[in-house]
Amino acid sequence: MSFVKTLINGTNFDHTSLNALQKVTLRPVIMSFLFYGLVALEGMIMRMVEVGRVPGNPIPEQFFHPEHFFSIMTVHPIVGIFGSTYQLVFGAFMFLVPYLTKKPLYSVKLANATWILITLGTALAWIAAFVWQYAPLYTLYWPLPADTTQFSAIGGIVFIIGIALIMFGTFGFIYNIYATIFARVGVHKDKTLKELLISGFGIDGLLNLINKLRGKPPYTKEPALALPVVAIFRGTVDTFLDAIVILGAGILVLIYLVADVTGWSLDVTAIDALLYKNFFWWGLDLVADGLVLIYVAGSWYLLATLITGQKLFMENVARAALMLELLVSWMVWSHHLLGDQGQPEMMKLISGEMVTAFELLTQGLALFITLVTLWKARPLKMTMELKYLLGGLVGFGLAVPAAIIQADMGMNRVLHNTQWIIGAHVHIALIVGLYMTLYSAVYVLWPLVTNNTKLYSHKLSNAHYWLHLIGGIGMGAFMGMAGLDGMLRRHLYVDGQFNPDMIFAAICGSMLLVAWFLFLSNVVMSVGIKGLIGIFLPAKDQTASYGIEEEIKPADDPAFAN
Amino acid sequence: MTFTNSAELLAFHWVAYSIYAAMIISVVAWFGYNLTRKDAKSVFRIPFYWYMAFLVAGGVGHHIFTYNTIPWVSEDIDRHNIKPDAVYNIEVKDHKWKLPARQIVIQCEDKVLFNVKSHDLTYGFGLFRKDGSMVMQMQVNPGSPNDILWTFNHNGIFDMTSTEYSGPHQYSEDGEDLMLVKDFVKVVGCKDGGLKK
Repeated sequence: MSFVKTLINGTNFDHTSLNALQKVTLRPVIMSFLFYGLVALEGMIMRMVEVGRVPGNPIPEQFFHPEHFFSIMTVHPIVGIFGSTYQLVFGAFMFLVPYLTKKPLYSVKLANATWILITLGTALAWIAAFVWQYAPLYTLYWPLPADTTQFSAIGGIVFIIGIALIMFGTFGFIYNIYATIFARVGVHKDKTLKELLISGFGIDGLLNLINKLRGKPPYTKEPALALPVVAIFRGTVDTFLDAIVILGAGILVLIYLVADVTGWSLDVTAIDALLYKNFFWWGLDLVADGLVLIYVAGSWYLLATLITGQKLFMENVARAALMLELLVSWMVWSHHLLGDQGQPEMMKLISGEMVTAFELLTQGLALFITLVTLWKARPLKMTMELKYLLGGLVGFGLAVPAAIIQADMGMNRVLHNTQWIIGAHVHIALIVGLYMTLYSAVYVLWPLVTNNTKLYSHKLSNAHYWLHLIGGIGMGAFMGMAGLDGMLRRHLYVDGQFNPDMIFAAICGSMLLVAWFLFLSNVVMSVGIKGLIGIFLPAKDQTASYGIEEEIKPADDPAFAN
Repeated sequence: MTFTNSAELLAFHWVAYSIYAAMIISVVAWFGYNLTRKDAKSVFRIPFYWYMAFLVAGGVGHHIFTYNTIPWVSEDIDRHNIKPDAVYNIEVKDHKWKLPARQIVIQCEDKVLFNVKSHDLTYGFGLFRKDGSMVMQMQVNPGSPNDILWTFNHNGIFDMTSTEYSGPHQYSEDGEDLMLVKDFVKVVGCKDGGLKK
């Protein structure tokens, strides 16, 4: 088939054969990768600015202006975390929960509303920064987001509305997931709400462990929920709490901005900046140290079992550990405030250092269980999904210890707010750890959600893998080195003070951008432009489940069925 | 073993973390290679409880190590009970510093308290060497105390700027940092390798 024909028609993809669940899975995934391209481009623009006004730097002068630069820096994490990562994770989980529980998704309409709201919200936040140059950064440190001497109040209102839409979309996802899990149909027809809750929180795994130690028979041989569903259940608790906090902060900012527009100026000192910082970081950290780590652990377990076709090693321990991870994630936010001298020392010590160090245990445990599960099943074929899974393990193997190192009162004094934090920790965790895990999931789920569509090119997949892995680790490493040399993360450098680190980081960043382009090309060539458009057309087959012989009708109100 | 300044600490950290990073990448690469081999045998077995004990020791031991080797940790925790040799009160408003002097001169090993008050936004307070590396920093929140006790063990002239983003007004249109105060701190009286003569 010619290149043009393949570009239009794809390999053997037939969008009309997809059911409603498959389509509603693919839509946010496509939006996710489009936003990923935008975020990679933004990242490259900022990196090139940090390279400085040196000969040969092609970046236009306008990007060196602080308003422009920090507008990009403000939306970069919004587009990256919510527009891309949330959409990819939400899309995958809205497929996985029905697939693993063998029940239909509670509502396809709600799933559609979820990705549309998040897409619109991300676009609005981006527009607020692009048009009005609203740039308080994602940290929203009080009272900066309400500072109308520096920012347009209208821009701020548009930005907050955008964030609110994202959060409403997130609530839609949460409701859909829990309503599906608690639906008492199919294999859960005879399960009580209590049994599902006990399984969801991993208490059955803990009771199994206790009974084993006491020499008693297990509490349950077949837990009500599969382990990956337990991880989704647990992580979604943090997703909910985080959405509440972000929405709460947004409402506060909105009140001040609306008051300003109406000429009724409110006193910003009425809000304690440090207290606000605690509140905001408690919520925001539920993303970084909560749902990401829990979702990732669950994804590793799922991928390890699907790749090997074997049971997970130490499954009861894994179930119980997910509960511990949830509790730990609620108590670690103070590591973001180790540089705040007004923060009580005991909170810095207990929450910031000691409880945070527990993450080494919980994530180390997930790594151990995944590796042993893979090892016991050897020899394995080095498939794309296995390669990406190993890449994801490397990412967190690098990023989590980096986090523990910096969550220390001694180290934080010289690492806080430097490029070390955002490079060696955050970008390696996200780009290498999280995204490579997600790419592994994409390769595992691809045949299921596309009805065995052939991927266009294995070579492109491999090129994507190596460029992404080397580019991701390399960029994080050079940013980290610049951080150790004193380069701040939320600062504008226009004279290339931290070259050659920034030049090398930019080279690695461009590898990431090329990797994304190759991956997207591979996907587009596989499904074709017709198929890509077709995914967004209504599904003929309204089935909201996958892999069940007979479609099960949902209960009237499955979430609250008695 | 004691680090007398951040430069020594960061150099140690660079080496230690680089070794760790090379090790974890190599281990997973080796692991991945052996996953595909039929005849691959375990080189060594890691008992689960030893592995967990290693993680606990790593997590807790790291903090014990830094507490005992980085002098500013205990000093920071106990700063309210330590009488400083000098106190410098600094204020900041509208991205402009109100400084006690254009340059302050500090004697080697003197304990100096920087007390910074913000009248509007959240800023940062950081000192930097001439090569750009960081000496120390803290956050400066409006409405709460922002004080840091610091002992300088090496001679040098340090620049000061805000280490926290406080909006684009911190910069000129060309991107120049308007809050940067060059040569703000001068430390004298130390030996070449640091500490008092």
